[in-house]
Amino acid sequence: MPKALEVRDLVTRFYTLDGVVNAVNGVSFDLHERETLAIVGESGSGKSVTMMSLLGLIPSPPGKVEQGEAFFYGASGRRDLLQMSPEELRDVRGGQIGFVFQDPISTLNPILTIGEQISETLTRHRGLTRDEARDQALELLAQVGIPDPKLRYKNYPFQFSGGMRQRVVIAIAISCTPRVVIADEPTTALDVTVQAQIVDLFRRLREMLGVAVIWITHDLGVVAGIADRVLVMYGGRPAEIALVDDLYEHPQHPYTHGLLGALPRLDARESRRLVSIKGTPPDLLLPMKHCPFAWRCEYAHDRCWEEIPALTPVGVRHQVACFYDLEAHAPRQSASEGGPSNGRE
Amino acid sequence: MSIALKEALVQRYFLSKVIQSIVLLFGVLLLVFVMVRITGDPAALMMPREASQEHVEAFREKMGFNDPVMVQFGRFISGAIVGDFGNSLHFKTPAMPLVLQRLPATVQLALAGLVMAVVVGVPLGLVGGFNPGSLVDSLGRFLALLGQSVPNFWLALILILYFAVRLRWFPSFGRDELKSVVLPAFVMGLPVMGQIVRLTRSAVLEIRGEDFIRTAHSKGLEPRTIYTKHVLRNVAIPLVSVIGVQFGYMLGGSIYIEIIFSWPGMGQLLEQAIGWRDFPLVQALAVFTSLVVLGLNLLTDMAYAVIDPRIRYG
Repeated sequence: MPKALEVRDLVTRFYTLDGVVNAVNGVSFDLHERETLAIVGESGSGKSVTMMSLLGLIPSPPGKVEQGEAFFYGASGRRDLLQMSPEELRDVRGGQIGFVFQDPISTLNPILTIGEQISETLTRHRGLTRDEARDQALELLAQVGIPDPKLRYKNYPFQFSGGMRQRVVIAIAISCTPRVVIADEPTTALDVTVQAQIVDLFRRLREMLGVAVIWITHDLGVVAGIADRVLVMYGGRPAEIALVDDLYEHPQHPYTHGLLGALPRLDARESRRLVSIKGTPPDLLLPMKHCPFAWRCEYAHDRCWEEIPALTPVGVRHQVACFYDLEAHAPRQSASEGGPSNGRE
Repeated sequence: MSIALKEALVQRYFLSKVIQSIVLLFGVLLLVFVMVRITGDPAALMMPREASQEHVEAFREKMGFNDPVMVQFGRFISGAIVGDFGNSLHFKTPAMPLVLQRLPATVQLALAGLVMAVVVGVPLGLVGGFNPGSLVDSLGRFLALLGQSVPNFWLALILILYFAVRLRWFPSFGRDELKSVVLPAFVMGLPVMGQIVRLTRSAVLEIRGEDFIRTAHSKGLEPRTIYTKHVLRNVAIPLVSVIGVQFGYMLGGSIYIEIIFSWPGMGQLLEQAIGWRDFPLVQALAVFTSLVVLGLNLLTDMAYAVIDPRIRYG
């Protein structure tokens, strides 16, 4: 399957008054055309920062993308996003890569009409006139399931419900038929029924437009419903990447295992306490010299405290960054090289 | 929502603001009426101390202070509605025209001060907000602090000393030539400028950090479009309301500055009228100033609604 995006060894740091925050420490992944890749991890695991880094949306200062490559297979061929000029990057943003953000309440400008906020993307990237952009925007509103688009076009964000606003944000993201849509926790701020509607809408649009989707979330339940592959992140590094079914059935990283174990089950016979992973996420202010999960890992052994595990293939399109073989119940014997990438300090 | 309903809501907003203003104005009239009578005997208040008993008695009869209070109030209100506050005791002519005569000078001074505050303050605040920590930002913050903390009567005297007495660039008092307005307008505008710099700067910083600005960047919009369309319009909302309120204050509260610079405006007249115990004139001034401030607030509310749809339909 042809690739849409190829990220290699991305490193992003924030130079704050408290010290250097190592937010993203060598993240690599591929995104194929028409594929939906879910990026899963707890708060501070570097999911959002990874995506913002690719498109120059990191507030700088204090943020700085310090290393890595991000090849985007766009209209002008294979280009490294991190090497692009700000002007070129602006053409990609909104035009070839669309964004959906977490909180639809605050992501729309409160004093511009919905229609204006959709149209301005179209006039910017498509060179449409105002009238053409308007017609196009009305069509988009209908596509994302907003009733009575003609009337709604002139409305302001505060006249919409949260779910409706997220539909508008999605309309903006897909307005220029991008190759990739990055959705940063698009359902987190919505209630469960609306969540399901938004997930459905995404599935429908993905089929219709043939777009590749990166779906950032910490909700493993949503992931099962929409993703083809899953990248699990921990402490600004990839922990495991696998096809979705493979990941759910054979998690290879103790962290993934813990995450899945923490999911509440509806079919449980008797009530039991919700399971959680012991300990707290790593302090990103400290440069990491060992496996970032070692503190919380019940399988940690000497090697885990001496070096950082690299992503190693363990099956069909399945890679894991761990020195312990969960299925064999023993430390992995293979050497650490072999994974295409790894976070080197 | 239908268009008709929307328009009805917009009209309802404006109508409610107009009604509020009218109620407030009525409150002001009541206050002005009561103030003079609160000591019990308005005639004693208005007459010089050395006036004879007969004089006071005759004055009381002439002014109608012997009538029942409600009758007096009715007379006061029906006069006020047509702008009749009686004759000035000092000038022996109707009070309101005397006030109106002074209006152009006060408006000129307040307007000149406001223009200076806005023309200097808004750009300084914008540059500071977009480049916090830059040289211009430091300068703007220094000027803002200076403007807000220097007492204006002291500043007025210092300016007169240097620019009028020593350098002879501007006249030290009066309103004889166009450049007479420079010094008093500067003194009047400086604190407002300070406030505008700070407000603009913090508004720009706040709006720039909003999620919807990140959205605008994610759409690939040009930075200039983002600044003018997304940032500036949002910054304008608090700015408009502060400018409106401050202009009201400047029109009503220029007493010090008008006295120091002998500026022939309403503030100077008020000071004189109080000295003369010329209560009809004081009342006319108080009511007229309130009217101007209320009118400005109404205009501000409307400007606010034009920029911010949440107010319009909220």
